[in-house]
Amino acid sequence: MWSGTPLFPESASTMSGRVDNLFFFLLAVAAFFSLLIAGLIVVYAVKYRRRAPDSVGTVVHGGTLIEIVWVVVPALVALVIFVWGASVFVAMSRPPDETLNVYVVGKQWMWKFQHLDGQREINELHVPVNRAVKLIMTSEDVIHDFFVPAFRVKADVIPGRYTTLWFQGTKPGRYRLECSQYCGTRHSGMTGEVVVMAPADYQTWLSGGSEGSLASGGEKLFADLACNTCHRPDAQGRGPVLVGLFGKTVFTETGARVTVDEAYVRESILHPSAKIAAGYQPIMPAFQGLVSEEQLLELIEYVKSLRGQPEVPTARPALAGPAPGEAPAVKK
Amino acid sequence: MSRERIAPHPPALAHQFDDLAQQHDVATLGIWVFLATEILFFGGLFVTYLVYRRWYPEAFVAGSRALLVWAGTTNTAVLITSSLTMALGVQAAQTGQRRRLMLFLALTMALGCVFLGIKGFEYYTEYLEHHVPGLAFQFDAGQWGHAQLFFSLYFLMTGLHALHIIIGLGVLAVMLWWSYRGVITREYSNPIEVTGLYWHFIDIVWIFLFPLLYLVGRHVHG
Amino acid sequence: MPSPALLPPHHYLNDGYGIRSWLLTRDHKRIALLYLAAITVFFFIGGAFAVVIRLELATPIGDLVSDETYNKLFTMHGVMMVFFFLIPSIPATLGNFLIPMMIGAKDLAFPKLNLASWYIYVLGGLFTLYALIAGGVDTGWTFYTPFSTVSSTTNVIPTALGIFITGFSSILTGLNFIVTIHRMRAPGMTWFRMPLFLWSMYATSVIFVLGTPVLAITMLLVAAERLFHFGFFDPALGGDPVLFQHLFWFYSHPAVYIMVLPAMGVVSEIMAAFCRKPVFGYSAVAFSSVAIGVLGFLVWGHHLFVAGESVYAALTFSALSYLVAIPSGVKVFNWTATMYKGSIAWDTPMLYAMGFIGLFTIGGLTGLFLAAVGLDIHVHDTYFIIAHFHYIMVGGALMGYLGGLHYWWPKISGRLYNEFLAKLSAGIIFLGFNLTFFPQFILGYLGMPRRYHSYPPEFQMLNVLSSAGASILGIGYLIPMAYLMWSLRYGRVAGSNPWGAVGLEWTTTSPPPTENFAVPPVVTCDAYQYDAPVEPHVA
Repeated sequence: MWSGTPLFPESASTMSGRVDNLFFFLLAVAAFFSLLIAGLIVVYAVKYRRRAPDSVGTVVHGGTLIEIVWVVVPALVALVIFVWGASVFVAMSRPPDETLNVYVVGKQWMWKFQHLDGQREINELHVPVNRAVKLIMTSEDVIHDFFVPAFRVKADVIPGRYTTLWFQGTKPGRYRLECSQYCGTRHSGMTGEVVVMAPADYQTWLSGGSEGSLASGGEKLFADLACNTCHRPDAQGRGPVLVGLFGKTVFTETGARVTVDEAYVRESILHPSAKIAAGYQPIMPAFQGLVSEEQLLELIEYVKSLRGQPEVPTARPALAGPAPGEAPAVKK
Repeated sequence: MSRERIAPHPPALAHQFDDLAQQHDVATLGIWVFLATEILFFGGLFVTYLVYRRWYPEAFVAGSRALLVWAGTTNTAVLITSSLTMALGVQAAQTGQRRRLMLFLALTMALGCVFLGIKGFEYYTEYLEHHVPGLAFQFDAGQWGHAQLFFSLYFLMTGLHALHIIIGLGVLAVMLWWSYRGVITREYSNPIEVTGLYWHFIDIVWIFLFPLLYLVGRHVHG
Repeated sequence: MPSPALLPPHHYLNDGYGIRSWLLTRDHKRIALLYLAAITVFFFIGGAFAVVIRLELATPIGDLVSDETYNKLFTMHGVMMVFFFLIPSIPATLGNFLIPMMIGAKDLAFPKLNLASWYIYVLGGLFTLYALIAGGVDTGWTFYTPFSTVSSTTNVIPTALGIFITGFSSILTGLNFIVTIHRMRAPGMTWFRMPLFLWSMYATSVIFVLGTPVLAITMLLVAAERLFHFGFFDPALGGDPVLFQHLFWFYSHPAVYIMVLPAMGVVSEIMAAFCRKPVFGYSAVAFSSVAIGVLGFLVWGHHLFVAGESVYAALTFSALSYLVAIPSGVKVFNWTATMYKGSIAWDTPMLYAMGFIGLFTIGGLTGLFLAAVGLDIHVHDTYFIIAHFHYIMVGGALMGYLGGLHYWWPKISGRLYNEFLAKLSAGIIFLGFNLTFFPQFILGYLGMPRRYHSYPPEFQMLNVLSSAGASILGIGYLIPMAYLMWSLRYGRVAGSNPWGAVGLEWTTTSPPPTENFAVPPVVTCDAYQYDAPVEPHVA
């Protein structure tokens, strides 16, 4: 049993080394202070052991100076650790500009992965080595957590919103994936693998086929659910034009500005009355309960895909939002 | 602190205290600490309210408009008046005027009952309109799910508040009985003061609840 | 001083016999013993669950109990240990017994409220025991939503209500202590002449009264959401499941200081008594208790680093978490300095106090790992966290509790326990504890998540070590039960001050009379004045 017992996890991402370095520094600090205190206690306990039954200790007068010293010195050490930890965290929170995006849906008790090209995976995620991968995640039911120890990354996966996590694998291999937010009966079984592949192998895997990209699935849904009857590309419809909309800032009826991101599109489909676009009537039906999380992802990708098309001039300038420096358009 | 003993030992003096002055101090500090815990207790609900009001302002406006603002306003007046009668009762106790004390305690209780009566009427109306979450809740104006949050907070916050009023009525009843039996004297008026502090606190909680629940967006027309 | 042959003729234990004299008592000392009995019951129930958990974890697959049962086991272990053992432990037993004695008072400010607090505690415990018997609860002691409000099919409401009710026991106890310490100190006992245990208890009481109400309302919201589907934490109704985490941890983080501050107070007392000198840096230690109490309210967000809180929030909570570590460090340094040139006796209480300092230091230092956000991402919700908090709660708080129990046992019972068995148990506990929990740091960094009952086979060795340690630890906890109970009847009579310690509680008989002090004491000097000749220590 002993020979197979690892004592340290393998490192397989660009962040692993940074996290481990911080860990080793902390280990050194902790070892130093623990051994110092434990050592002193043992030494004093032996050296000053009571010899006579009625002897008392010798009062040693302290003073403000020593108290200040052992406040300031630990504070400085803490400051170093804080800054170091913060810098690692900020790097983890800021994915690089160019990432390979994959959607993740967690549900009791499995992981569903949707690649943009349309591949669907369950409990196994194939990614290429040496490329930054960004996961956009949500849950269908309770809070889960996406954790790959070898990458040193983790993020909660929350129902009703999207959370993100990014990593860049540094060597091909299979790395354990675990759910690390207690989620019910089969929480211990909600595990899987992230398969990091060399470029050639990844290409082979990609060409293994899919049912069509997420965006094309979304386009089909858009027609099936009759979204296109109100959201026309030519501003004649009763709903806002979606072409070129993703990523822009728009104004709502109440004057609030919102960015059209994944969360906004999702909310607009499920609870359209939560934010009415300025200049439009609150007549869109709510699709809560009528579309699954995966279908939402397809619709989001479809709306995103309309980004690249030339903007159609709209009859309602209030929709697109003002350019920086311009005053907001007059509301209806 | 005075260490003179009042001789003979007054029956109202508990054994762990040196004198009535210490007992008085202790009871007063005790009720203030207790009120601090109540602030934190309601505080959790206020935080929840603030979060959801920020998230769903329209739902809160719509929900607030559906409440009976005349009832809330009347109740505010009722409760403020009851604080007045309570304060007058405290003054009566401190000056040893037993009959006046009993009168004001009774008036405070009566006003508390009026408050509960109006509140009960409001709850009944809301029940008839299907605005009680969990009991076939229905609310139009397109804000279904989020209006439910408003009403959930409304019932929870006013319900908890009403529970505190009921407890207060119980305490007032005991105080009324003690005044009748002559337990409350000019020297031993502290229980009335402690009750008064509790009652004023319940009043203050309502003064926060009223605008936050009943007056959301009322200045906006249309 | 030779051991007196007899107990004093009149003391609080023989002042009235029969069940009514106990169940209707207003004597803070008897109430302390009522609590002692109740929390011991809950400790062993929670401990039994831990035994099954560690047995299950000796093998990599979930083969001892089903998934559902395992989930209930760790939930109930946490609920029992946190809410029904650790939180009341020192405050309700040692605090209740000692606070009036240490300040020279006859009782607490509100004795009837004190008894009511015990009944409230028992009532809450009964609700939770009902939930246990009715099939248990499987949400984790942290009740995260929406699992606890929407998905779990177990007895969430009775458990939540049980915790809600017991919370009021804490609140009223804290209220009682604050008022007592403010207003009932003996003449001459200024704040800075109080024993340090009272400073710790005061800070703990402030957390009790300000933090527990938020837990109460949070539990109420969970129960209400399950019953009425209010939607506060349900995204389908527009609610925010993470809001629950904020509300929950706003109390539950300060709660860990409720669990450890009293133990720190005990350690200060033991250090002074068994080094026979004042605690080094009295003011610093006193202020550090207050600082921990205040700063403890500002760090709850460090439990939400991976829960989607903003980068700015995470960094703020990280910085504040480092801040709250500093006063704890101040205490550890001052205790160590107290030992310098002390006259150190190696009696059992001192062994526990030294053990506390060592293990709390390790546990606290691992807190520095967790406050580093970039590192916490990796170890959050793994066995690293479990090891961290068990080092502090078990290696720290529980050892402090046992140390205090042994230190004041002669005062409470009038008897001495068997010193050899006591030292042996302390050693077994220390060894068993480290064997149980140190491997868990390694497991955590390797990536073994918490609340898992199956794991990759290569983790088995470390788990087996941990389970072996747990069995040793269990034995270590059983032996004191035996010899302490035995000493009640057969132990040597202790006399008023068997340790030769300085403190108002040691000036009374052992056991003390019901009213504590025949003549109210007047205090004329600081705490821990050992300059005067002391009673020889009974070897």
